[in-house]
Amino acid sequence: MKLTLKIWRQKNAQAKGSLETYQVNDVDGDMSFLEMLDVLNADLIENGQDPVEFDHDCREGICGSCSLQINGRPHGPKRHITTCQLHMRSFNDGDTVVIEPWRAKAFPVIKDLVVDRTAFDRIQQAGGYISVNTSGNTIDANSIPVEKDDADEAFNSATCIGCGACVAACKNASAMLFTSAKVSQFALLPQGEVEASRRVLNMVNQMDKEGFGACSNTGACYIECPKDISLENIARINREYLKASVEG
Amino acid sequence: MSKIESHVPSGPLSDKWTKHKNDINLVNPANKRNIDVIVVGTGLAGGSAAATLAELGYNVKTFCYQDSPRRAHSIAAQGGINAAKNYQGDGDSTYRLFYDTIKGGDYRSREENVYRLAEVSANIIDQCVAQGVPFAREYGGLLDNRSFGGVLVSRTFYAKGQTGQQLLLGAYAAMNRQINRGKIQSFTRHEMLDLVIVDGKARGIIARNLVTGEIERHSAHAVVIASGGYGNVFYLSTNAMGSNVTASWKIHKRGAYFANPCYTQIHPTCIPVSGDHQSKLTLMSESLRNDGRIWVPKKKEDAEAIQQGKLKPTQLKEEDRDYYLERRYPSFGNLVPRDVASRAAKERCDAGFGVNKTGEAVFLDFASAIMRYGKEAAEIQKIENPSEDKIRELGEKAIENKYGNLFQMYEQIVDENPYKTPMKIYPAVHYTMGGIWVDYNLQTTIPGCYATGEANFSDHGANRLGASALMQGLADGYFVLPYTIGDYLADDIRTGAISTELPEFEQAEREVRERLQKLVNNNGTKSVDHFHKRLGKIMWNKVGMSRNAQGLQEAIAEIQELREEFWENVRVPGEMDGMNQELEKAGRVADFLELGELFAKDALHRNESCGGHFREEYQTEEGEALRDDENFMYVAAWEYKGTPSEAVLHKEELNYENIEVKTRSYK
Amino acid sequence: MGIVSSSIARKVAMALSGLFLVVFLAQHFTINFSSVVSPDTFNEWSHFMGTNGLVQFALQPVLILGIIFHFVMGIILEIKNNRARVHSYKKYRGSANSSWASRNMIISGLVILAFLGLHFYDFWVPEIIYKYVDVNEAMESRYYPELVHKFESPVRVGLYCLAFVLLIFHLWHGFASSFQTMGWNNKYSKAIKGFTKFYAVAIPVGFIFIALYHHFNQLPH
Repeated sequence: MKLTLKIWRQKNAQAKGSLETYQVNDVDGDMSFLEMLDVLNADLIENGQDPVEFDHDCREGICGSCSLQINGRPHGPKRHITTCQLHMRSFNDGDTVVIEPWRAKAFPVIKDLVVDRTAFDRIQQAGGYISVNTSGNTIDANSIPVEKDDADEAFNSATCIGCGACVAACKNASAMLFTSAKVSQFALLPQGEVEASRRVLNMVNQMDKEGFGACSNTGACYIECPKDISLENIARINREYLKASVEG
Repeated sequence: MSKIESHVPSGPLSDKWTKHKNDINLVNPANKRNIDVIVVGTGLAGGSAAATLAELGYNVKTFCYQDSPRRAHSIAAQGGINAAKNYQGDGDSTYRLFYDTIKGGDYRSREENVYRLAEVSANIIDQCVAQGVPFAREYGGLLDNRSFGGVLVSRTFYAKGQTGQQLLLGAYAAMNRQINRGKIQSFTRHEMLDLVIVDGKARGIIARNLVTGEIERHSAHAVVIASGGYGNVFYLSTNAMGSNVTASWKIHKRGAYFANPCYTQIHPTCIPVSGDHQSKLTLMSESLRNDGRIWVPKKKEDAEAIQQGKLKPTQLKEEDRDYYLERRYPSFGNLVPRDVASRAAKERCDAGFGVNKTGEAVFLDFASAIMRYGKEAAEIQKIENPSEDKIRELGEKAIENKYGNLFQMYEQIVDENPYKTPMKIYPAVHYTMGGIWVDYNLQTTIPGCYATGEANFSDHGANRLGASALMQGLADGYFVLPYTIGDYLADDIRTGAISTELPEFEQAEREVRERLQKLVNNNGTKSVDHFHKRLGKIMWNKVGMSRNAQGLQEAIAEIQELREEFWENVRVPGEMDGMNQELEKAGRVADFLELGELFAKDALHRNESCGGHFREEYQTEEGEALRDDENFMYVAAWEYKGTPSEAVLHKEELNYENIEVKTRSYK
Repeated sequence: MGIVSSSIARKVAMALSGLFLVVFLAQHFTINFSSVVSPDTFNEWSHFMGTNGLVQFALQPVLILGIIFHFVMGIILEIKNNRARVHSYKKYRGSANSSWASRNMIISGLVILAFLGLHFYDFWVPEIIYKYVDVNEAMESRYYPELVHKFESPVRVGLYCLAFVLLIFHLWHGFASSFQTMGWNNKYSKAIKGFTKFYAVAIPVGFIFIALYHHFNQLPH
């Protein structure tokens, strides 16, 4: 099939970007979306043009690198997948596809479709851990029993891949789903209890500092989340935050 | 004189590690503050090492090419992590894990390292649980285990099909804690492009900032390479697109020996290649072989009809199917180790029995498991005389509970429903057992330069068992390196900060710059991928699952030619300053083009078949691998001498004092 | 850091003030609805509300402050949220992942604000002038005729209905959302969500009914 692509091109963080139009022919339904971009880039290179830069790495939906806004939606038209798992059979011959970077003040564009998501790292650094030494003198793993439901729930929260689709989808560019997933993982486990208050206060504080918007519960984040992180996490972070604020 | 000295401590095997820890030098906490350590790579091995070193008090700088340490490719490991906890009470022990790993590695790994790995494995689980890693649990609240290929106990801890992700996020969290304390400086989107050696010791690196393009000098008292494996030399592999050999190769060129490059694991259950556009391969967890039966048609005409799409696999009668693993290996059946399963698939496909349009796929069929589970479920639910449809429905439900996400992933990629028609699978490059040679302390042949995780030649010998890679990465990072590195650094407490103004830094930076300039100014006509794909084809066809002397010699010549062509004709658009992903790729492929040759050379010299290395000339009449313990029971460590073809072989003899060397048999 | 500057705290304040207004709305509706059932009851209740000191000098200021707070905070949040995305998408398909109501609280809110202006002009301002400027005698029977009189104009009734349709959207998202914001997510959540959705439709529709009832009732038969 043949496609018309409208791709955001921006030379660097300071430059003013714009949508450029490209044609790709010989697109095969079995190709992944990123492989389709590989084909475009091969063409561009052979014709002496600069290829389109985009983030990608594992190409199996787990590293969270790929981050494209495709036709107005993060990771494209299908639910519960990342861009690298989107296949071209989801498009039709002759389609026009608009490809843009994630848009958020906290995710500035570095080049073309590549954005800087280190704000997520800084939120994690503010408290997304349990302060336990890695020296090997910890107690036996089975001496901390965890109810299976809690463990499963914590796991579900922990499957967040940090791709940023939640921020990209949210009309407020809010990072609440991301932050709440991490807070939830530890809030649900007995190991995380000791530092629960400090963790939630510090992480929310950092989240605000990074310039993300506030949550207005539109639910867009959870619909676009490739890992199906649930909105319950957001209720939980709100609860944890209030608890921590009241306790002081 | 050879620098190969493994520094294995004396004494009985089970006491060596404890004794060693007691004997080595320590650095006092006040002095650690004055010592800097660079860690390249932030996967399980690098992330855990960085966190622990920082916690001990060293000043750590970490480097990764990804935009966040959390995206290192350890994240993609699915199945689980082994540990000799014996929580199931099924007779597991440190010795048994040690034994299984040595045997699984086809008696080509260093006994003492493997024993230490088994010994600290239990600590890893304690550590990870304390960090909040959400492992799977039973209803009683205790940890659950599953079993994996090639062993007789249940010792694999897991978090659904995302164990690697959860463990990496644990290590990343530990890193974050140290970043927050100011003990780790994290350099993301940075790529190490050379090692700096001052007075014979590793004293820093040259790195490129992948955002600004700036070439940076970073100094330290020791450098740890934890940059993973080199499976991408095959172009197509289950590795991430960015996984590369560059850091390892640069230290190799600076004097670190490269060990056993030819030991590569080809994983049997991956989704087959669908066309020329293919950029990477996706693994389907080994756990699928617990319930899936692998087969191809018995008759060639049926295979051809299937290849042309004229016949559906479900139409083929039971007696016309060849369950070749069950036929050849009645006792292990579909659960033979990875190397054996992969070769058997290749053998059938080469003989013309492949089942997709390229003839390079075999079936992994769940139909009988679906019916078996369906009957069980009907029995449990007390359904009398269930119809076949009902049984199938119940069975599909049971399979969905076990492998739902994998089936979904398969359907997403292939666009076929694996509940209704058998999956198609084919082996793909997955892991490299070879790597930088290290001694018992994980130090390379360059003083002050260490290698951990998949980057070192590791504890897996010639073949790695499932769920052991995560174990090794974390063992190295959390529990081994942080102690052993102290022995070296104890001499550095008075050294003071290393200046990046030293001529050695200047020289290294200049070389890096010249090489990059050469690439961007080359004005060739072919893209980097073009060369990478061609290299991959040579590697896969001649240095892949089975190898022979003639093919290997051809491969060496072809790689040499391709390398020359690359430097003449590669086109790298854009500039050096600023982000330039093509330039990043070009540097990596240039290194693969050198490594590939050494890889083939190593395969050519090893006149035996062992583990993942299968030489067609050395096989039994039944086509099984034939080891030559008399002549090849050694680690082949290669020293760089200007070009790969001139590399000099050093041998580290392997001695097995605590284990009886046998022929691996899974019949 | 602290309660004023954190995004969650602002949202909670928004939710609490919203819930307060929801309660007020129920009370307002109850009194208005009595006008359909019995003009006398309506007069009696209105008179009580209009003359009781506690209602007039304690509850009324709190209510007005609540309304002002809700609107000011809503506008502040909207501005801040818009600032979180400096460059907007060329193509954005919000409808694929969220409801119109949830994305446009500012629009429904501003329409309601405009309506409140009208409403104050219609009822509250004359009421204040009547009572506290002109200092008229309290007269219990005046409320019902005044109410009916206001629903005479079809334009005013039309605007009134439009505002309440937007109130449906506003409540449809806002009422349920406030529980989520306050961290209320447990086994009762589903029931509460059902109730909020019912409330969001029933109350505004009820107000519209009252308006139409009085409008059509006074047309020449």
